[in-house]
Amino acid sequence: MMNALKGKAFAIIVPLVAILFGFLAGALIMLLSGTNPITGYGALISGIVGTPYDFGETLQRMTPLIFSGLAVAFAFRTGLLNIGVEGQLIVGWFTSVYVGLAIEAPMVIHLPLAIVAGAVAGALWGFVPGLLKARFQVHEVIVTIMMNYIAMHVTNSLIRTYLLDSGQRTSFINPTASLESPFLSELTQFSRLHWGFFVAAAACVLMWFILWKTRKGFELRSVGYNKNASLYAGMSVNSNIILSMSVSGAFAGAGGAMVGLGTYQYANILPSFTNIGFDGIAVALLGGSTSVGIFLSSFLFGGLQQGANMMQSQAGVAPELVEIIIALIIFFVASSYVIRWALGRLQSRKEEK
Amino acid sequence: MDVILQILYIIVPAALIAATPLMLTAMGGLFSERSGVVNIGLEGLMIMGAFGGIVGTLMFESLGFGNASPWFGIMFAVLIGAVFALFHAVASISFRADQIVSGVALNFLALGLTVFLVREIFDRGQTDTISARIFRTDIPLLSDIPVIGPMLFSRVYVTTYVALLIVVIVWYVVFKTPFGLRLRSVGEHPMAADTMGIKVQRMRYIGVMLSGAFAGAGGSVYAVTIAGNFSAGTIVGQGFMALAALIFGKWTPFGAMGAAIFFGFAMALSTSAQQLPGLQNIPQVFFLILPYVLTILALAGFVGKAEPPKALNQPYTKGSR
Repeated sequence: MMNALKGKAFAIIVPLVAILFGFLAGALIMLLSGTNPITGYGALISGIVGTPYDFGETLQRMTPLIFSGLAVAFAFRTGLLNIGVEGQLIVGWFTSVYVGLAIEAPMVIHLPLAIVAGAVAGALWGFVPGLLKARFQVHEVIVTIMMNYIAMHVTNSLIRTYLLDSGQRTSFINPTASLESPFLSELTQFSRLHWGFFVAAAACVLMWFILWKTRKGFELRSVGYNKNASLYAGMSVNSNIILSMSVSGAFAGAGGAMVGLGTYQYANILPSFTNIGFDGIAVALLGGSTSVGIFLSSFLFGGLQQGANMMQSQAGVAPELVEIIIALIIFFVASSYVIRWALGRLQSRKEEK
Repeated sequence: MDVILQILYIIVPAALIAATPLMLTAMGGLFSERSGVVNIGLEGLMIMGAFGGIVGTLMFESLGFGNASPWFGIMFAVLIGAVFALFHAVASISFRADQIVSGVALNFLALGLTVFLVREIFDRGQTDTISARIFRTDIPLLSDIPVIGPMLFSRVYVTTYVALLIVVIVWYVVFKTPFGLRLRSVGEHPMAADTMGIKVQRMRYIGVMLSGAFAGAGGSVYAVTIAGNFSAGTIVGQGFMALAALIFGKWTPFGAMGAAIFFGFAMALSTSAQQLPGLQNIPQVFFLILPYVLTILALAGFVGKAEPPKALNQPYTKGSR
């Protein structure tokens, strides 16, 4: 009975059930705190799609989430958990802004160079845990957590010592490295939507292509699926681990470049993490580590974050409710075993009748 | 000589104070990880503890408990931490969720939930400041000892010494009692433990809930001694540093204690290096990243191999091999 079709159906049902549970729990919390959930969620939805501005901001928030989701998913495919997306994104943000500040070149050279610089920085930040995992069997999760803190402290210190302009940030990057789009911005009532959105969409296609259309992609998936069989088939598991973490880091770093070159046009001293990288775990999990899934789930999470403001101003719900909902969605997706089990029970009971 | 002593009088107490929450939280991580459950959620549990500590203290203050309020606040935080850890326990033990993902979700949930509650209760982003604090005191007699007295026993928080005592108790419980033996066996070889009649799932639940209790204590101690109130920025990274201390200390109580104190030194140095001769020219960032870099080096085997419990991060299913 456990045929392929059923597996595919579960792949869609489980995230939907998780989202449903997450929102139900959110509704329950609103009820307990004395807000009508319908008012609350109404405000949330109008905060996502109510005006062109809100929609533009939702797409803008989605952009780095797509990249961090792709980064986590890429590592997932090789059987690795990259908790270091946050740090890789931070160094990518910093490096791309640095290239945007330090170099003068025509846009056709400058902009791609700045994005690539961010990706390379992220790749380096992913390479280290990959290497340590391959060479010394060190668990990548702990190393990447430590690398996150190192990334934050080092970039903060570099900005403070060399690049501080006004207050807590660097000066604005040269326009030739900017992803800013007056056209997209005007189209959405002057939101911060920028060309990065299309770069992110292209990155989704790129990941799909790498994983499903290239030999290396087959190898990476195969290592993730069964390490021993891959080794027996003559694949180098270790080099695939290093490669996967580096590519994953490159996606994350490029995501940082989107924030630096698109949304803010500068880098600032971070008092704490951006959380974009950690949200990537939720995005990748919910999206089932597929390109399409990641695109859709980053829309959901980007929208939730954007709509949270409206929920506070219109319905008086603290915006942190959205974080609670996201956390619960992660719990439910991670606990998909139970959802599968429950659905399986329901199905078999139906068949008995 | 006098200069060095003056420096030590500044640094040593500061290091011990910074190390105390790390020590307590690392003991929590020890119970969970020794039972075979990874706990990346220590950060979230500490956040819960800090929240519980402050809200509890405010509550007991208003009930008229006076200067005993922070101690009751800590007890309240221990309880909240243990209950909150159930999330991680249910997801990772019963629902067989990926333990690391579940821990990450726990961190999110703690931050979201506490700040949400603070906004609902206090109508702004932070709690009121507690008035009954645990203050720094001189320990009678011991603080009169020359040299060591002013260094270790003057102007300290009592909580530091309670924490040190707890480390000894944890060591005794984990390595010298039948309970500790069972806990460790569940983390090393759950099937063998199961064969011997040890209830694997139950031991793991106990381990994870104890981790919540201790991390709650760690977070609340930080809140009622150092911070004084609670907001989203009260606990930033101490939980991860406690996890690092646990690993750096090779999953042993005294090792984790030593690592926590060492990390405390790094933290104290990063804030006061500017005033110290010889250290002024070293950029602060090196002290800030020192604990993390050392942990990576320790994991890579450059500072002696760290061997985690063998069944760490593996859900246990009865009858599977």
